[in-house]
Amino acid sequence: MLKLYGVEISSRLMLGTAQYSSPAILIDAIKASQTEIITVSLRREMSGVKSGDGFWSLLRSLGLRVLPNTAGCHTVKEAVLTAHMARDIFSTDWVKLEVIGNHDTLQPDVFALVEAARILTEDGFKVFPYTTDDLVVAERLLEAGCEVLMPWCAPIGSAMGPMNLHALRSIRGHFPGIVMIVDAGLGRPSHAAAVMELGFDAVLLNTAVAKAGDPVAMAQAFAKAVDAGYLAHHAVVLEPRDMAVPSTPVIGRAVFT
Amino acid sequence: MNVLVKGAGVAGLTVAYELCLRGAEVTILEPFRDERSAASWYAGGMLAPWCERESAEQPIIDLGSKAADWWEATLPGTVTRNGTLVIASPRDVKELDRFGGRTSGFVHIGEEAISLLEPDLGGAFRKGLFFEGEAHLEPRRVLKDLRTMLTAWNTRFETEMSAPEISDFEWVLDCTGIASSDTDLRGVRGEMLLLRSKDISLSRPIRLIHPRFPLYIVPRPDNIFMVGATMIESHASGPIKARSVMELLNAAYSVHAAFGEAEIIETGAGIRPAYPDNLPRVVKTGNRISINGLYRHGFLLAPAMARQAADMILPERNVRHETHRQWL
Repeated sequence: MLKLYGVEISSRLMLGTAQYSSPAILIDAIKASQTEIITVSLRREMSGVKSGDGFWSLLRSLGLRVLPNTAGCHTVKEAVLTAHMARDIFSTDWVKLEVIGNHDTLQPDVFALVEAARILTEDGFKVFPYTTDDLVVAERLLEAGCEVLMPWCAPIGSAMGPMNLHALRSIRGHFPGIVMIVDAGLGRPSHAAAVMELGFDAVLLNTAVAKAGDPVAMAQAFAKAVDAGYLAHHAVVLEPRDMAVPSTPVIGRAVFT
Repeated sequence: MNVLVKGAGVAGLTVAYELCLRGAEVTILEPFRDERSAASWYAGGMLAPWCERESAEQPIIDLGSKAADWWEATLPGTVTRNGTLVIASPRDVKELDRFGGRTSGFVHIGEEAISLLEPDLGGAFRKGLFFEGEAHLEPRRVLKDLRTMLTAWNTRFETEMSAPEISDFEWVLDCTGIASSDTDLRGVRGEMLLLRSKDISLSRPIRLIHPRFPLYIVPRPDNIFMVGATMIESHASGPIKARSVMELLNAAYSVHAAFGEAEIIETGAGIRPAYPDNLPRVVKTGNRISINGLYRHGFLLAPAMARQAADMILPERNVRHETHRQWL
C-alpha cells in the first residue's frame, strides 16, 4: 500500500479540483476515480475561506483527505504564508508546495522551492514538493526534509505526457526508497500508465479530467490506467529486444526450418 | 389571483411579467431597495446558449435557445442579434478547437471573415468561431423597462411587508437569489468592469479564450464596453479585487490596444446563486414557488424559468394582455 508520511492510502490517483464545469460533475468525477486525496488551491479560488463555504462544504462532504496546494505562489514568502493559511483552514499539515518561477511556462522555481520546503518542514509541515525531474534538486529537497517528491512529466496543463522518459527513469532509479508522485503534464490515461510502469508510486492530475468531454468517464479511465501501470510494474515488464522470439515452441513441429 | 414575488432581479421581474400576462395581480417585494444588490445588475446580458454549452450541460440550450425571442417579444428593440465571436490569442489557438469540440451552432472563420464582422479586430486575430444565432441585450435597460411595464400594469413594488401581510397572498414566489435560505445554493462571485472608449467599435460580444474564466467584452450603447467576468467560489460581496481588474484589463487590452486608453467608468461585483450542477431550479412547495440557481445565466434562462413557474399557477396566457402590451 502507498504510504505518504506514515498514512496508508489505497488509491494511487490524486485529483485536483479546479476547472470543472460544475461542482456536481467534480464530485461525480472524484467518486468515479475512487481517489482518496484531492488537492485544493487556496490562493486563487477561495478569496476568504468562510465565503467559499458553499464549494468547500460540498468537497468536505466527500470525507476525503485534502492536500492543499500553493498554486500561483511566486516567492518563498508567499508559499510559506499560503501553507500556513491552508494548515489552519483544512486542519492538515500536508501541503503540496508549488513555487512558480515563470508566469508563462509555470515552471517551478527550484531554488525558492528548496528554501520554502526547508522552512515548512522545520515548521512541522509534511511537504509534497512540485519539482522538475532534476536529480540534484531532488536531493536538496530530500535534505530539506521532504519524504515525498512530485516531479513533473511536462508543463502544467500541457497534456503532453512524459516528455523525457530518460530523466523520469533516472530520477526513479536514483531514489529507490522515496515515494514519487508524477504531477503535472499528464494528458491521457496511457501517459499515466506509462509513468506507473516506470515505477512511480502515484500520479496527480487535474486538467486532463476536468477538461475532458466527459470528466466522469475520464476519471474512471485514469483510475484503470494507474492500476494497470502499477500492476505491470510489479509484474515486471518484458524488456524489448532486437530479434523476434517465437511465442510457441518450435519443437513438435513436423519440420524445423 | 394575488401573487407576491420576492426579489426584483431578472428572475423576479420576468416571472412577474409572465404572471401579469396571465391575469394575476402581482406585488413585488424588494427588501434591498437598491437595484445594484441583484446579481442581474452586473450581468453581461449575452443570450449565448451555444457558447455557454462549452462549460454547461445540455439544458442550457434546451432552456435558453428561445430566450432572445422572448426578450424581443416582451421588449421590442432591446435585443441585438449579431451573434458571438470567439477568438484566442496565438498561444491559445489550440483551445479554439477544444471550444469548438464542445459546442455547436458555429462556423470556423479566418482573418478575413473576422475583419468583415469586426473591422477593429482585423489583422489581430487569424482564427475564430462565429456563433451566428446568438444575441445580446443591455441588462440594466431591460430591467428598467420591465419595471416600467409592470408599473403600468399596476404591479405594486414594496420594500417592507409583515408576515401576516405575506401570508395573505395566494401564491408567494421566492426569487431572492443568493439571499434565499436554500442551503443547496452557493455563491459564485463575478466581477466586471465598464470601460468607455470612442476609439473602438464592436458589433457583438467578443469572447476571448482564457485559462481561468470565460472572458467576454460586450458592446453597449454610448461607447461603453462591459468586460467580465471572474468566477470565484465565494459569496463575499465587496469591491472588485486588484488582480481581477488586472486580468480583465489585460484581456481587454490584448483584444484591442485602444482599451489601454479607455476610461474605467465602473467596477462591480455580484454574487451568482448556483446549485451544485450550476443549473436553475423551479421548486413548488405548497403555495410557494422558488426560482433560483440562475448562476451565470440570468437573462438567458429567466424566461424559461418564469414560464415554468407561471405554468404552475396560471397555465394560460391571457390574450387581452398580450394586445394590451402593444400600446404601452
